Formats: sequence, structure tokens, C-alpha cells
Amino acid sequence: MNAASLLAQFQATGAQTSFHNRHINPQIMAGLDGSNWRLKDYETRGGYQALRQVLGQAGAPAMTQDQVIAVVKESSLRGRGGAGFPTGLKWSFMPRQFPGDKYLVCNSDEGEPGTCKDRDIMEFNPHIVIEGMIIAAYAMGIAVGYNYIHGEIFHTYQRFEEALEEARAAGYLGDNILGSGFKFQLHAAHGFGAYICGEETGLLESLEGKKGQPRYKPPFPASFGLYGKPTTINNTETFAAVPWIIRNGGAAYVACGKPNNGGTKIYSVSGDVELPGNYEVPMGTTFAKLLELAGGVRKGRQLKAVIPGGSSSPVLPANIIMDCTMDYDSIAKAGSMLGSGAVIVMDDSRCMVKSLQRLSYFYMHESCGQCTPCREGTGWLSRVVDRIETGQGRPSDMELLNSVAENIQGRTICALGDAAAMPVRAMLKHFMPEFEYHVVHKTCMVPAYV
Amino acid sequence: MIEIELDGKKVGVAEGSTVMHAAEKSGTHIPHFCYHKKLSIAASCRMCLVDIEKMPKPMPACATSVTQGMIVRTKTDKAIKAQQSVMEFLLINHPLDCPICDQGGECQLQDIAVGYGGTASRYEEEKRVVKVKDVGPLISMQEMSRCIHCTRCVRFGQEIAGVMELGMSNRGEHSEIETFVGQSVDSELSGNMIDICPVGALTSKPFRYSARTWELSRRKSVSPHDSTGANLIVQVKNNRVMRVVPFENEAVNECWIADRDRFSYEALNSTERLTTPMIKQGGKWNEVDWKTALEYVAHGLRNIKSEHGAASIGALVSPHSTLEELYLTGALVRSLGSENIDYRLRNAEFDTGRSGARWLGLPIAALSNLQSVLVVGSNLRKDHPLFAQRIRQAVRHGGEVSVVASGRVDWAMPVAHDQVVPAAQWVQALVDIAAAVAQEKSVAAPQSGNVTPVALDIARSLIAGERAAVLLGNGAAHHAQALSLLKLANWIGEQTGATVGYLTEAANTVGAQLMGALPGAGGLHAGQMLGGALKAALLLNTEPEFDSAAGAAAVKALAGCEMVVSLSPFKTNMECADVLLPVAPFTETSGSFVNAEGRVQSFHAVVKPLGETRPAWKVLRALADILGLPGFGFDVSTDVLAQALYGVADSESGMVIPARLSNASAGVQAASVPWVEPCVAPIYQLDGLVRRASSLQLTADAHMTVSSEVVA
Repeated sequence: MNAASLLAQFQATGAQTSFHNRHINPQIMAGLDGSNWRLKDYETRGGYQALRQVLGQAGAPAMTQDQVIAVVKESSLRGRGGAGFPTGLKWSFMPRQFPGDKYLVCNSDEGEPGTCKDRDIMEFNPHIVIEGMIIAAYAMGIAVGYNYIHGEIFHTYQRFEEALEEARAAGYLGDNILGSGFKFQLHAAHGFGAYICGEETGLLESLEGKKGQPRYKPPFPASFGLYGKPTTINNTETFAAVPWIIRNGGAAYVACGKPNNGGTKIYSVSGDVELPGNYEVPMGTTFAKLLELAGGVRKGRQLKAVIPGGSSSPVLPANIIMDCTMDYDSIAKAGSMLGSGAVIVMDDSRCMVKSLQRLSYFYMHESCGQCTPCREGTGWLSRVVDRIETGQGRPSDMELLNSVAENIQGRTICALGDAAAMPVRAMLKHFMPEFEYHVVHKTCMVPAYV
Repeated sequence: MIEIELDGKKVGVAEGSTVMHAAEKSGTHIPHFCYHKKLSIAASCRMCLVDIEKMPKPMPACATSVTQGMIVRTKTDKAIKAQQSVMEFLLINHPLDCPICDQGGECQLQDIAVGYGGTASRYEEEKRVVKVKDVGPLISMQEMSRCIHCTRCVRFGQEIAGVMELGMSNRGEHSEIETFVGQSVDSELSGNMIDICPVGALTSKPFRYSARTWELSRRKSVSPHDSTGANLIVQVKNNRVMRVVPFENEAVNECWIADRDRFSYEALNSTERLTTPMIKQGGKWNEVDWKTALEYVAHGLRNIKSEHGAASIGALVSPHSTLEELYLTGALVRSLGSENIDYRLRNAEFDTGRSGARWLGLPIAALSNLQSVLVVGSNLRKDHPLFAQRIRQAVRHGGEVSVVASGRVDWAMPVAHDQVVPAAQWVQALVDIAAAVAQEKSVAAPQSGNVTPVALDIARSLIAGERAAVLLGNGAAHHAQALSLLKLANWIGEQTGATVGYLTEAANTVGAQLMGALPGAGGLHAGQMLGGALKAALLLNTEPEFDSAAGAAAVKALAGCEMVVSLSPFKTNMECADVLLPVAPFTETSGSFVNAEGRVQSFHAVVKPLGETRPAWKVLRALADILGLPGFGFDVSTDVLAQALYGVADSESGMVIPARLSNASAGVQAASVPWVEPCVAPIYQLDGLVRRASSLQLTADAHMTVSSEVVA
């Protein structure tokens, strides 16, 4: 099947990605079929009940801001964008007493290679994000929010705008939400296709209409964010998790995951599997189970390696990943990161030098150019990997790569430097013989993939 | 006060300071490129990474705030390794063209590479090549491959110059500093970007490839253009001024100078320089020696005095002349028995009986901290680029600027309130503001005016500002109702607590007043002298055609004199003059200026006079000797200065005695003056030097006319 027809199939049905019965206890993806994204469908699924509960319109008195934050803290919900920072804690950093403007921003600039979960959430269940954001705004006393959506998924942006219109018309957004007196305006904005705008401060710059370049931190967005005002930024999936937590309580959320790793997580499984797609499973599900849900390694080949959390997370060889459960702590213990949950599966026909060549090129292309190690170093890494792949490598190149990567890591303004360096170091750590083979034999250790 | 430990030394710095501040205070050098004390923090070059206890990663010293008890180490393995690695990254794509680079020898990258760079490069790929840009006649961007993307120039534009003319376009290693699609850099402060560029990416176009930095001797001087009195370092090779850069003086020009101060040196080497005295005989100009020339002048003056009386002799002097020159010219004219001397060539109204020299009214440094300022009749940004810069900083920190002007010209700063009316209505505009002040303060207005919404806004802004000022620009000083404007400004100042001051036009406008370059009792003022009331005229450093309100008419009127003597560094005034005496520009003579705030700044000659040129103070002294006038026995210019400043300035502080400065409107208004538009010189027409600075004349600013500047 060629790329165009694959894309057509996806656009028509989404069957390859999110609509299947292989989720486990789904919360966000539950009951979706690709057509039931509208407000009334969402309400039928119990949508906006959490908001009514928060605003005191579900029989019980309204929740206080502190109560909402306490529930989110109890749920041990952690940021789904990649860093895994505890969401409740982040919300509590917001200086609620600050008298001026405050902003809520949803980071839907889903640019991490391998990740496609936020796209599907916004396209097929947009109201869950809107509801989550309204609750978050209520908890932090914020009146204006923005959803910054990746520029390449323009149709998703349009879908989200449509959903916003529905929510405004139904009184879920506006100056007097559901007659409660609570005021929150939510706007959608789209990027223009820069990976770096997914970095939260780069996103804020871009949202302000400037060139997307990360800011030096501190100050953090909680004190100096959008337009210099206190700002909270969360990932799309994080917001999408909030309504369920409010309805069912923090303890229930922890219970469906594992301690310190509450809830379910959507994994975008791609690469050499039979059934690539988004899989929403409880935190702590074994990797083996996830692989099984995705139909196993394609054509029955051997699993070689897995990039567990998007292209910037260090690669893990098969023997290590097969012992892992899919949650923040387990993957971190194995020496990688859960990141955005983009699981890239590679079978034994994959050349790791070629893979790294593609990754390094990506980071060179996406470096913003602001700070020295990343601007100069990503290009250097890419060129050296390039020459190894094309048979021009030298025996000293691996040491050079390691050293350059080490010199980038931890010395840049934002995490893109680390993101470029980590894959290089992990590939060399786990697959050094392949690189050496390339240098000596000027060709691949593995046969070309057919 | 927060105390930290830096390399084992205890350093105390104010709260909110960074590790870099602490290092500067303790004299510890931390290598850096993007950090500049006057610019915002970018933290992007990563050269200043240091080792801070309890921090896992090395931290940038420029952006890390100090905390009590912080322990910083700048020389540990961790810090040095980080700095070395950043240096390696900076060098991989930097061309190895130091031997032909203008920055060579004064390059931060070169200097720091000596300490932190490797001896050989591990980078063997092709280096990046960045295409050249043409951004105008002053800044060369021919070698942008040298750029290390520190963005100092970008931040300078945004924060100091107030216009973001340069930006970093593209991404990653394709990032380039450039203007928006091929535009030029037109800021009047643009040359400072050359200074702050740590590498040879931005270089001086007029200076390029003309000398190496180590061949140049550096001599301090003072800018002879506007009334800031910017401190300069003039760099000289083979008795020729090769370039001019700022000398840092926090109280005056900080570390900046205007392009006018920086690039006017080109005129010093212009072909229009007069290098030998000349006399016009039978309509033909002949070169003569000094003795002949001075005797000719003395003879002429004696004859005219005996024929027409001393009152027919007068001097028109430029306020760009030194104190010494002005003092001796005044003494010469008065010794001859005349009271005809004036520096106010561009004025329309000539008041008498000033109680002190008109001045800024406050220290220059205080401009940066104003909370409210009303500027009347000034094109601030072009007339006084560095004052504008200071007021821009005040605005950045919450100050409010209000304007009364005849046109709305971009000042590269937000203007809170503006009253744009023709110059003829400025008095009415101030009357209205005074009326608004009166209403707000419940006092009687000096004249009945209309409390318009704008007037009320301006009045409230001045009343609200604890540190407020009303500043009168060149347009207000040269206005036909200048004294009325001053009186109203003084009334507004009294009621609102705002300081009232004149921006003052030239490097020595304040000094000229102190030196008595104003007509005494019965003397003729500049307007009368330019109108043809003289038989003999001395023109000191001035070209009435360009430097006076009368313009070409002045030349005609002066041509009717029996004798006109032009003392100028240039071959000029040839239509009306009979004698040209080559006198030294500021680089070829010792001298002193008093700037707008009353600061006396002296300087030495930095090169020998060109050809037969002589310092004007020596010429005047010699002329007085030939005329047999007593009291001119000065051997050195410092003797002239000592006498000139006796009772005028405090020699210890170098400041004019406060009693000699006054903006009181005590002066007597001249009989009603027919209306003329105020005469204001465009930025690059201010004086003879800038007019002949070839590169400045190629800038966009040089192509603006008087009318577009003031009337817009």
C-alpha cells in the first residue's frame, strides 16, 4: 500500500490509528468512531458533567479552586507532553492572587517524531480538551486560554475551531459559563511547522507573534509567561485526562494506573508492527502487552530495538524494553524516557546507523539557532553520522560523536540540545558494533529492508 | 545585599544581581560574547557557563541570579570543559581569516580563543558560508560568515536605538543576521553596533582595510557636534585620524556615541580643507603666508574702525567653537571697542538681559530616570540622538513622553501624548497646557487658554511625575516667540514641579553664553549683523549660508561688507569673504566645550594641524598682537581657559558654577519679530564637519530636508 492510499484510508476512517477495540480501559478514546466528535455526542458520553460538578450544578455545591487542584494532585496525573511533571503541582504554582491577566495555554504543537495522539484527541474528541481546559482555568482563576495547534495538521485546527464555536454557543465558554458567573475565553491558534515551538517557552514566543525561540528559564511561565503574565501550559492529553479525574476522583485515577503514574496513557505505536496506531492503556502495562495489542513485530521478525518516548528518547534494545512496563518510572529506570509516548518499534532489518542519520538530520533541521552548542553541534553530529552511513567514516568518528553529543547535552537553553544528543549517545552505547562495521566495511551490517 | 563565594572569594552584590555582576565586581573574568552590560540578557552564546554548587549542570553566569551563600567556581574542570566545548562549537564554522579581518587584534572571539580554544580543529566538514548584505554606507556586512549569532546588534536595535532594524532570520545553522528584505540600517546610533559586535561581522565601512588596530594610537577627545559632549577616543595613524570610537563616560554618553560623532572624522581629511591663508584681490584668491594674511586683516580692521567706528565691526561665531576661541574672539571684538558678537545665527528672536546661560536644567544622566517629560519644538531623535536614547530608557522603565511639535516624526519610542500643531501655534499649545495645569492645580492661568483633552493629558502627566521636565528643543530656541515659550514653560514648571531646560543645540552653546558671545549693551545681534549692518565681519567656524536663519541672504548681506574674515578649517564663505584663515578643527587644537548640563570638558589636539592650519586661539592671539591690543599674552591654551573660566566654573568638579546657569525668563523680549518658521538644522547639516563627512552624507537621514524633519 502506498503512502497516498494509506493517508486516504486514515482520513476516511482513522481505522489504522485510534478506532479499534484494542484499547484497555480507555478514558479519552472510549466510544470514539471518528464521526461522534460533536458536542451532543460528547454530552451523550457524559461530557461536560465534570464541569457542571465543578461549578456546583450537579446537585452538590461548587468545588473550590483548592479542591480541584487537590483532586488533580491526588490523581498523580503527570504531564503527557514528555517531561512527566506532576500536573497538580504545576497548577499550584500559578499565583492565583496575581491581580493582572493570567493565561492558560494548551500545547498541541505535537511535533515529536512518532507522536500522533494529540491530533486524534483534538480531531475525534475535541470537547474533552475544552472541558479540561475550562476546569483548569477555573482552578487557577484564569480568564483567557489558547490552544496552540501544530501547523501541519490544519484540518485538526479547523475541527477544533468548530468545536469551540459549539462550546461557545452552548454556554460552556464565555463571560458567564452555565450561569455560574465564571468567565473563560478559549481561542485556537496554529503554528507554522517548527518543532521548537513545541517547547513551552518557544511556543509562547510564537503565540506572541515572534520567532519561535525558547526563553531562558528561570523565570518560568508560571511567573513570566505569555505576554509576560503568569501562564500555565499543559499538553493536550493532560487536559483531556482532567474531566475523568473530576468525575471519578483522584484515587480512582491512581488505581487505574500505578502509584505516582496515575491513569491511562495513549501510546502512538509506529514502526515495524502489524497494527500501528494509538493505544490507550493503563500506566504500567507491560511493553510486551502493548506490542501484542499492536499486532506484534511485522512479518514475524525479531524485535531489535524500541524508541519508547518519541525520537528524542534514548533507544532501548529489545532485551531491556521487553522487561519494562510502560510508565514514567520504569522507562526512566531502564535508561530512557516515556516522553510523549511515541513508541517506535524497530525490527532486526533496521540499520541503526541509517536510523540515527535520519534522527540527527531532523534535529539539525529543527534547531532554532539561538544558542551555540545546539546550532553548531546538531549540524556537526548530522554530518559525522552522514559520513559513517555513506561509507566515509573513520575509526575515531564514534568517539567524536560521543564527545560532541556530550558537549551539547546540558549546555543549551532548552531541551532540544539534549534531545539531539541523547539518541546519538544511546545508539552508540547499545549498537556500537553496527557503527564499527559501517566504518570498516563501508556498508550495512543488516540487509536492506524489503 | 547578598553575599556569595566566587572562586573562594566572598563577594557582596545587590539582590537581583547575576553571577556575572558579582564576577565583574570582584574582578574575575568570565568569558562571554552575548552578554553586554547595557543590553538585556540573551544567555545564548553559552560561553559564560560556570560551576555552581548544588546545580547538576553548568549555568550561564550572565543569567543566573545570585542567592545567599551561593558557591560559584569559574575554574573547575566542569566550568572549563563547558567553556572549551562552547568555544569549539563557535569556531567550527568561523572562518580562519583573522589576518585579513578588520576585527583582528580587537576581537573578543580571537582573545577568548587564545584561552579556551584548541590548537587544532576536530571539524573537517565544509564551513558555513553566509551571503553578504549591504545595509548602507556606515556598517559593512561583507563577512557575515564570521557572525557568532550573539544577537547583540539585534538587542541594541530593539532596546537602545529603539528600532529593530537587524534581526536573526531563518533557523538553526542557517540563522542569519539581516535587515528585513534588503533594507538599510538607518538608525542615527547604528555605528554602536560595530563596537558591540564581538567579531568581525559588523565592521565600519569607512574605516575598512585602512589600518590595523595595533598601528593606531588612541587619544581622548570630545565630540564637537551636539550638546551632549560625547567623550571620544580618536584613533590616529601617521598623523591622520583613522576612526573615532566612544570613550565610556557613564555620566555623559555611557558607552554610546551617535553616528555623527563617529563618522564626522571623514571631513577632517576632505579635499575641501583649507591648508593655507588666502586673500581675495581683484576678485581672485591668492595663497599667502600667515604674516601677510594677519597684517592684511589688522590693516583692514584699523581702517574700518577709523573710518566707520568700532561699532561697524562684528563677529559671528559658531557655538561649535571652543571656549578658548570664543573667549578670545569676544575679547578681540570688545578690545576694538565693539559689542557686536553673537552665536545665535539660527535664532529668530534675540532677547537681551539673560540672568545666566540657558542650559539643560538637570544632569544628562537624570534624563534616563524621568517619569514625565514634555518636549517642545524638538526633533529629539535627530537633534540629540543620545538624549533621545536616555529618554527612551526612561520610557522603557515606565516614563511618559509628551510632545508639542509641528510634525509627527518617529522618535523610536512610544509617545504618550502629542500636540501636533504648526510652529506658529506652539505658544497657544503651551497656553492650553498651562490652562490645563491651572485647572488641575486650582490656580489662576497665566493666560486664558483652551483646556483641550490633549493639554489636560499632558498637564496630568507632568503633575503625576515626581521626576518631570519640560525640555525646549532647537525649534523652540530658534522660534520667533522663543521667550514667550520659555515663560510659559517656566510657569508650567513652577506649578507642576517639572524642571525646565533647553536641550541646547551645539557642543558649546552653553559655553558660548558663558564666554559672552552675545552682544553687549548697544551691540548688534546676529540677525542685524547677518542683515548687513556691518562693515567688517569675523566669521568664526561658521558658514552663514548653512548655519544661519538668513541662509543665502546672509551671504549677500555680508558681501556688502568692506572686509569679511573667515576663520574655518574649510575653503568656504568664498563668495562673501576677503580673507580665509585656516584654523584647526577639534582634532588639531586643544580646547574645551561646556555641554548642555554645564560640564566643562577639555581635550588635546590628537594630530598636528594640516598644512598651514593653526589653532584658532593662536590666530586670534597673533591678530590681537598685531593690532597692539593689550591682555592677549597667552602662551598656552590652558592659560586662556583659566582666565576664561575664572568665576565661571568650579575647577575641581569641572562643572559650571550653578549661579551662572539659568533658564529664568527674565530676559527682555525683543520688539515684535515678524513670523518665520524656526530654523533647525537637519541631523547631517548641523555644522561644517558633518556637512562634509562623505559617508554620513550617503545615509537616509542625510536625504531628509529641513521641512520634512520639522514639518513632516
